[in-house]
Amino acid sequence: MKFADFICHEAITTDLEADGKLEVIRQIVSVLVSAGKIEEQEFEGIVEAILKREELGSTGIGRGVAVPHTKHSTVEKLFGTVAISPSGVDFESLDGEKVHLLFLLISPPDRPGDHLRALENISRQLRDDTFCRFLKQSITPDDVWQLLEEADDNQFAS
Amino acid sequence: MGNPPVSRILLIKGPQGLHARPAELFARTAMQYEAAIELIRVEIRVDAKSVLQLLTLGADQGTELVLEARGVDARQAVEALVQLVDRDFADEKNLNQEQAR
Repeated sequence: MKFADFICHEAITTDLEADGKLEVIRQIVSVLVSAGKIEEQEFEGIVEAILKREELGSTGIGRGVAVPHTKHSTVEKLFGTVAISPSGVDFESLDGEKVHLLFLLISPPDRPGDHLRALENISRQLRDDTFCRFLKQSITPDDVWQLLEEADDNQFAS
Repeated sequence: MGNPPVSRILLIKGPQGLHARPAELFARTAMQYEAAIELIRVEIRVDAKSVLQLLTLGADQGTELVLEARGVDARQAVEALVQLVDRDFADEKNLNQEQAR
């Protein structure tokens, strides 16, 4: 699976201001609403479901990266977006690092394989130090998109 | 070091595979041991104490993985991790939630 298969370009955010988990997740989901990926009336339910998932164990996977996610019955195909927090968010990650890079994913209830492939793609690409660093330093959503395209073309990870 | 690793084969049983939550539990458990612990899927070999690295395995249901540990408490580490996978990553938190349903 490639980034272009599931990342919503219009919902990429590079200037997350909030520093708490709750506020950051609300901000990212609200951008997905503005981008037309989520219906307005689903907003609260999706935020709540993502936070509930976080209670089971942080989705901070290390290296300053988190993958908050949920399943949702109205979703037919997995999608997500990227958000960057220049100041960092306390995400209770196992390695204790603040999170600067968030990949938020929403998937249909019955497609665990797609979710796993998306996580596999994200983590494989982020293993590359250069890609990870460049992403965190991105100033505009277009910078992020260009990096994702380069990663899809195998210009970073093996 | 220098000794052969303590090694076991693991089978991922859950329909959702080794996704974020089990990977977090696996890394959290591995971190309790001094031993160097690696998980191997064919040619990919990763540090079992890193959630990010575990997710790169993309291990779905039915995947066989090789667990290798080296160090003073390698045997105990392997034992704990094998048990975690055998009970399909059910930890206390999950069990309590199941009961609450």
